[in-house]
Formats: sequence, C-alpha cells, structure tokens
Amino acid sequence: MSKKYTENELEIDLKDKEYEYGFYTDIESDKFPIGLDEDVVRAISKKKNEPKWMTDWRLKAFRIWQKMEEPDWANVNYVKPDFQAISYYAAPKQKKQLDSLDDVDPELLKTFEKLGISIEEQKKLSGVAMDIVIDSVSVATTFKKTLNEKGILFCPISEAIEKYPDLVQKYIGSVVPRTDNFYAALNSAVFSDGSFCYIPKGVRCPVELSTYFRINEGGTGQFERTLLIADKGAYVSYLEGCTAPQRDENQLHAAVVEIVVHDNAEIKYSTVQNWYPGDKDGLGGVYNFVTKRAIAYDNAKISWTQVETGSAVTWKYPSCILKGDNSIGEFFSIAVTNMHQQADTGTKMIHLGNNTKSTIISKGVSAGFSQNSYRGLVRVGKNAKNARNFSQCDSLLMGNDCGAHTFPYIEVKNASAQIEHEATTSKIGEDQLFYCNQRGLDTEKAIALIVNGFSKEVLNKLPMEFAVEAQKLLEISLEGSVG
Amino acid sequence: MAFENKASVATESDFHKVRAAAMQQFEKVGFPTKKNENWKYTSLKSILNNDYSLFPDLTKHQVQLPEVDTYFLKGVDSYKIVFVDGVYNSYLSETTHDGMDICLLSAAIEKTKYKIVMDHYFNKIALTSDGLSSLNTAFASEGAFIHIKKNIIVEKPIQIIYFTTNCEKDILLQPRNLIIVDENSQVKIVERHQSLSNNKVLNNTVTEVFANKRAHIDYYKIQNDKLNASLIDTTFVQQKDQSVVSVNTFSFGGDITRNTLSFYQKGEHINSILNGISLINGTQHVDNQTNVYHQQPNCESHELYKGIYDGKSTGVFNGKVFVEQIAQKTDAYQQNDNILLTDDATIYSKPQLEIFADDVACSHGCTIGQLDKDALFYMRQRGIPEKEAKALLLYAFTNKVVEAIKIPVLKTKITKIISEKLGVDLGIDL
Repeated sequence: MSKKYTENELEIDLKDKEYEYGFYTDIESDKFPIGLDEDVVRAISKKKNEPKWMTDWRLKAFRIWQKMEEPDWANVNYVKPDFQAISYYAAPKQKKQLDSLDDVDPELLKTFEKLGISIEEQKKLSGVAMDIVIDSVSVATTFKKTLNEKGILFCPISEAIEKYPDLVQKYIGSVVPRTDNFYAALNSAVFSDGSFCYIPKGVRCPVELSTYFRINEGGTGQFERTLLIADKGAYVSYLEGCTAPQRDENQLHAAVVEIVVHDNAEIKYSTVQNWYPGDKDGLGGVYNFVTKRAIAYDNAKISWTQVETGSAVTWKYPSCILKGDNSIGEFFSIAVTNMHQQADTGTKMIHLGNNTKSTIISKGVSAGFSQNSYRGLVRVGKNAKNARNFSQCDSLLMGNDCGAHTFPYIEVKNASAQIEHEATTSKIGEDQLFYCNQRGLDTEKAIALIVNGFSKEVLNKLPMEFAVEAQKLLEISLEGSVG
Repeated sequence: MAFENKASVATESDFHKVRAAAMQQFEKVGFPTKKNENWKYTSLKSILNNDYSLFPDLTKHQVQLPEVDTYFLKGVDSYKIVFVDGVYNSYLSETTHDGMDICLLSAAIEKTKYKIVMDHYFNKIALTSDGLSSLNTAFASEGAFIHIKKNIIVEKPIQIIYFTTNCEKDILLQPRNLIIVDENSQVKIVERHQSLSNNKVLNNTVTEVFANKRAHIDYYKIQNDKLNASLIDTTFVQQKDQSVVSVNTFSFGGDITRNTLSFYQKGEHINSILNGISLINGTQHVDNQTNVYHQQPNCESHELYKGIYDGKSTGVFNGKVFVEQIAQKTDAYQQNDNILLTDDATIYSKPQLEIFADDVACSHGCTIGQLDKDALFYMRQRGIPEKEAKALLLYAFTNKVVEAIKIPVLKTKITKIISEKLGVDLGIDL
C-alpha cells in the first residue's frame, strides 16, 4: 500500500472493473488547498457563514486534536494518513439553494442514475425522503413539506447551525465530546457538513429518512457530522448508505454520528457501507474511521444495524449509552471483508440505568487476504440493577489467507447483571456446498446463498429497500472469493 | 550487580549469560503498568511499594513438621520438594533420582551431568516481553527440577511446596521450576505456595513445562495463601505430538494473584486442558491470563474457568486462543462463567479468539449471572437454610472443574477448601 500508483496502472485496473460503482463525476469543484491549521478551520467556518460560537467550538476542537496522537490499538495495519496532505473542504460549485430537481446539475443526476438511485422514482415509489450529499454539501432535499407539517426538522447541519442554533448548541458534542478520540476531535474541527434531524415530542416520523453519502473528489477527506435527536416519545428510522468512486489514493473518512434518544423515544439507525475497498492488490481504498454513539434515556430504545462491505480499513464502534432506566440498546452487524480489506468493528454497550437491556449480534465474513475483527465492550456500572446483555459473534472464514478475530471486553460491577457472550468461528461446510451443487447451484451461487443465510438474522433487521441492496452487496463483495 | 555475590554460579558460565540477558531485558521493560493491555485490570502498585528483602537471613528459617503438616496432601504416598524461604528443606522433602530426577534446580544448574538437559530446556519458552518473567530468570537459582525419562508412569504425585516463615521483614521470593517429561511418560504434580509469616510476601514464580511425544501431565496449582501474600505465577507449557497436558488453577487465597498460563502446541494431535476456579472475597484480586497457541494442525484445546466473587473482590479473565494459518482442523473451546455475589465485586472478562486458519471449529463463551432464584426457593422450601442452599448451588457451579481432578485426596482437599470458603459444612465426603 505504501508505494504510489501510476496512471497507467489505474487505466488497466479500470478495465478490470472490479468495483461496480467506481466512476468519477466531473464536476468543477470549489476546493481548499491542502493542509490543516487554524486558518483552514476558520476558513471552513467562514465559508459556511457560521456564528462565532461555532467557530470557537471548532477552534477548541482543533487545539485538542493537535495534542492528541493517532491511536494504534486497533487490529489493523495501514499507512497513516498525512493530515497535511488533505484538502479539508470541497463543494460542488453551486451557490444558490435548489427548489426542484430541474435545477440540479445534469452531471450529478447522471451519477445518481449510475448508482441506481433515480430520485424521481425514490420520491414516488418508496416514500423515502432523501438528503443527498455529494462532497459534503447537500444539493437536493425532498419530502421537506411532509416533514415540515409534522414539525420534524431534517436538514444539513450547516443549515441547522444557522436556523436552529439553540438545538445544535445544546446537543452537539454532548454524546461524542471533542476530547473523545483523535478522529472525533479532527472531525469536530473540520466537519464540512452532514445531517441534522430533530423529531419533536410524541411524533412518529412517517417516512424513513435516508442520506446517501458519496465521496467524489479525489484527495478530499470527508468529515461528516450527523446529529439526530428524538424528543420524548418520538420515533424515527434513519438510513444511511454510501458508495464511493474508484480513486488511486487512500481517502480518509472520519465521521461523527451523535444520537440522543429521550424518554420513551426510539431511533433505528441503519447503515449500508460500500466504499471503495481498494483493488485486488490492496492498493487504494477508503479509510473509514468513524465514531458513532447514542445516548438513551428512560424507556428509550436505540437500534444500530450495519452492513459493512466496503472500505480498505474500517474502524468503527457504534455505541449505546443506556443511561435511563429500562432503556434498550441493540447492535446488529454484518461485516464482509475480501481482498486486502481490514475491519476492526463492533460496539460498546454501557449499562448505567436500572433494568437496561442490550443485544449484540455480529456476523463477520472474511475472504481473500482480509482481516476481520470484532471488538466489543459490555460494561455494567455499579448502580445499574438488573442489566441484561446477550452477545453473539459468529465468524465465517473463506480461504486460508484471511483471519477472523474476536476481542470482547466484559466489565461487570453489579451482582444482579446477567451477561451472556458467545462466539464461534468456522468455515462453510463441504456438505452444505455439496448439497447445493447437487441441486444444480454452482459453487459461487451456493456460497452467496449460504452467506445470506448466515447473515439472515441481521439482514432481517434492515428496512426492506436496504435489505435487497444489502443482499446484492454481499454477493458482489464475495465475488471471486471461491477457491 | 549485587545479586551475583549471592548467586552460586560462576560468572563466566552459560547460565550466567542467560541471567545477565534477562536482567538487561528487565531493566529495559521494567515492571508492567496498567498501560500494558495485558495488565489493564491489575495494578501491582500496592504490592511493589513494599521494601522486600531479596535474600532473607538464612539462619532464621525454622519450620517444624506439625505446623506445616496441614498443607501437605495426606493419605497418599507422594514425592515432596519443599522449600522454606526459597531454600531447599531436606527434612520435609522426599526426592528421588531413581530412573527419574525429582530434585532441585540448583543441583541441575551446578552439576555438569545436567548441562545438556539444561542447555536444551532452561529458559527456552519463558522468553517474553513481560518484565516479571525476566526478573525471575535474572534471579533464578532455586526451585523444583523434575525430569521424567522415557516410558515411566510416575504413580506417586509430586508435591512442590514453598513456605515462607516469619522472618525479619517483607520478603520477595522468585522460585523457578523446570519440568521435563519424556516420551510416553506420565506424571501428576501439585504446586502450592504458603506463607507462615505475618509480614508481606510476594512470590514471583516462573514454571516451564515440556511435554514430549505422548507424555501426559496433570498440573495442579493450589493458591490458598494468607491475605498478606501475593502471587505472580507465570507458567509456560510446550507440547509435542499426541501429548496431553492439563493445568488446573485453584485460586482461593492471597491478596493479589496473577496467573499467566501459556500453551505452545509444537506437534499434531495435542490436547491442552486449562481449568480454573476462583473463589474469593474481601478485597482479594485474582487475574487469570491464558494464551493457547495452536501452531500445528489437528490439535485441541479445552478451557474452562469458573469464578465466584464475594465482598469487594475483583476477578479478571483474559483468555486468548491463537490459531495459526498452518493449524487446520483445530478444535478450540473456551468458556468463562462468573457469579458476582455482591454489588461491590467486579469482574472483567475478555475471551479472545485470533484465527488465521479456515478449517477450524473454535468457540468461546462467557457468562455473568447470579444463582437461580427458583432453585434456591425449591431448596429452602425443603428445609435447607439459605446459606447452605446457596453454598450447595455455588459448589455445583464449580463441580465440573473439581470433578476433573485426577488425584482423589486432592479432590477431597479442594472440596474442603471450597466449603470452608463458603462458610458451610457441605457434608460431602469424597
């Protein structure tokens, strides 16, 4: 991975077309010169017309970040990004706010089409409101009206800073503080955009909110910031999905997602991640270092579902802080790694309130030369009575050059806790394959079928539209892993 | 270096070189701190701050049989290797050189007839980045040396006991055991550390165990020391083809107990068994670290650790299973079950798998819970007092590990210690 990659090699690779969504939209973009210092942070803030408190907040985060060191405890190897060689802001050159799809750059629309997302279709058929993000700036937002009627606020976070400063100021950094970790601090300093969502008291969001992230500009770090708040008794199902174009250098993605679930509220957060995993020799690919965390108050419920098939390096632990009594945290994950991908992913369940419950179902599939690790923490505080946790981590190994690892941390300080953890590692049974072959399925199809069955528990938790896409992704990611 | 004057080895020997290298390694890495991932939950601060005497006054250790009689296994004929304050006590011991060597490490170091064996085995698997093992190697001078030659089934169990007497001040002992079992031989070993002192005692023990082809070794560690004593026990086991080694760790006593147990499988069709019971209360702290390295195909490992934590005690379990790429057809099982009896007790459990081979069946499980309320109710309904009912359930919880003990008198002894710890008379006679 350390050696640079030439144009010619890229050309050859493009012919191979390993990555189905590897194309590059040619939109003139408004891009900062590379490097990071206080002035860049100020400039980002200025570009966004941010108020002074926000600028100061970012600057403080930047100072915290300067003092921090990049962590290396994860079970992954990669060339550490040079933070001075990244441009921290890139936005499509579109100044005015758009009202309808007609105003959208046709080049962009073409990009969506290739991705298989026709906005018109999405609008009409699936009832999904979309906040499409291309290189950090939201360009089209649909279903605004329906949401407005319900009093639901769903907009880019930059807009929220302008329009609802009280809410943003109250919640930003409350779940993931700037001091949390290296990448969270970096994100706090330079985040370019992201989504903001607020569901008022007692409102059940009628549509599934979804945002499509795309990294489009070569050499640009993506620093998304998402803030989701469900007020008392509210409900929302939020979907996030992404694909990235094939690029010849590693792209850094360090997002922060903060979720606040108030009393009796529920948030369901689903992700399908299919960023460019690098080519078959492990060159290129996205670095995905994400901090995702939710805090749940009394009787609240937070559910994370993730399908991870992309990225060269993934470092991601969606967490639940179960602060309120009777709160529930769930984590369902499928992580598929192939070729030279490395994933170190899992969750943290922090039980603080009484009668809290958490469930962890993690499925790892490793193929090719990849390394797939589950790293999870279940912590029960001293005053958390009757906490209950069930964890299950299953790994499937395909081929003899990959690895599957499990690192669960279990810390219990209350006698009434009941914790179960189990993990298994195995390969696809030869008898299973034989059975399929006998019935006319070729080995590749059979493997896809078996992997789908293995992942069923998690796939079932996804909203319908995503379940279909996720199933396809699993097949694509495992192509060519038979052998 | 000051200790050279005390150590009875010529400064130019090969042995000296091993020790000097270990000292250098220790000086480099020092004592482990909580920053070290393997020491995350165990702090040695409280026990390292004492001003330990490394070389106690040799004239003062007087031990009479009646005062230590209770610590021996009785009702069975056995070999005994007994040390008092780190020095061999021939009066209490029973050793042999008849077809096998059950004797002292100091003898093995000094006598030239053991040189080949020592060069081949000593400190060959204890190489580690851990400072405490290096410190032990640097100071290694005494301990048990057991070499069972080919085709011998040792009928009598071997007891290795380290006593600490009421000597002038706090004492740090660094016993070193070397156990070699050749082809087709079988042996059972019981190791115990017992303080008779009212001063603080710290034992930093390292044991190397080599099981050659088809050897069978059952190793039992009884840790039921006084509360002023702490134990850091590091054990390395290397196995060759078709050997079976079990290490059973019973942690009941002591202030801080840290067990590091590493198995290296260097052949095929090996079976490694790791069993443990931790039953502690007060402010006791038991930390069990286990590593099983599957380095060859067709091997098995079975690990079962049970923990019961009362009072303000703390339990740590950090189990690692590594399956290397070549180690196909590995079966590795790991289970850690814990019961917390109070809200002040804490358990940290980290069962880990690192797997690089695809054709394997590996699993691990971890549970933390309490006693079954229905079972408790059922028993109390039938007139069993709460305390006894609880004790019976807890005893049943540990039973699978107790049942695996292959020396009947030891099984009785462990059962007795468990019932004493639970504060009841279980009335079970085994």
